[in-house]
Amino acid sequence: MVDATFLALSVLTIGSAIAALEMRSLIYGSIALMGALGGVAGFFLLLDSPFVAMFQIAVYVGSIAVLILFTVMLVRRELIFTKVEDPRRRYAGIGLMLVLMVGLGSLVIDSGLKSVTADEPPIDFRLIGEDFLTYYWPALVLMALILAGSVTGALVLARREDVTDEQRAD
Amino acid sequence: MSNELIDFFIVSIALLGIGIYGLAVKRNAIRMLFAIEIIINAANLNLVAFARFLSHSGGQTLALFSIAIAAAEVAVGLALIIVAYRMYKNVDIAEFRSLKG
Repeated sequence: MVDATFLALSVLTIGSAIAALEMRSLIYGSIALMGALGGVAGFFLLLDSPFVAMFQIAVYVGSIAVLILFTVMLVRRELIFTKVEDPRRRYAGIGLMLVLMVGLGSLVIDSGLKSVTADEPPIDFRLIGEDFLTYYWPALVLMALILAGSVTGALVLARREDVTDEQRAD
Repeated sequence: MSNELIDFFIVSIALLGIGIYGLAVKRNAIRMLFAIEIIINAANLNLVAFARFLSHSGGQTLALFSIAIAAAEVAVGLALIIVAYRMYKNVDIAEFRSLKG
């Protein structure tokens, strides 16, 4: 059985995820996305992984959500508050979501995963640091290069002077 | 700890379903980015849950890598959205039609 903390966290996470997609205003949507990402950080704490939880809060809630918030503020006001969508497409999307959830959920419940319980002690986070610096060091260097490249690329893209309204092809 | 692996798995499936719904239905580019973030978080939750219950540090390491790569992806994605917004004065993906034949 699940405990009360788990229930509260799952309600917060799933509710915020739905709100992030369905709120009329994109600004409230990005704040709700922050709630969903913070809820996932709470799940990481429940899973005895405080290091990943801290990383999640620092990177997702701290930087990605704020980056999204600033981009939303750069966009014209009526685009933030209007929602364009096809109702038929919306019902098809809800159907797809339900089929996926019920299908995957019944598959998982029928599998033998129910018998897995945590009786081992939690992993020490020092072990992760050791992993990073010994076995995974090429991946760590590559990740640093990718991050540097992507940030440079994002800056170059966002500061392009030659992109104007006249390039519209219509 | 009274929670079982399957509980975390079911929350992760719910998040995946919501994310796929968002990707399929929304036409706003920023909202599609939200949906992608939700899907990536569902995957990370699964990785950490399995790492806890199988008592192996590999899952947490991979989740940390995944979070860092997701940060890079969001930075580039938002820059692309800004460029498209300056071109079309809109964030509706149905309006981006330079590549349309």
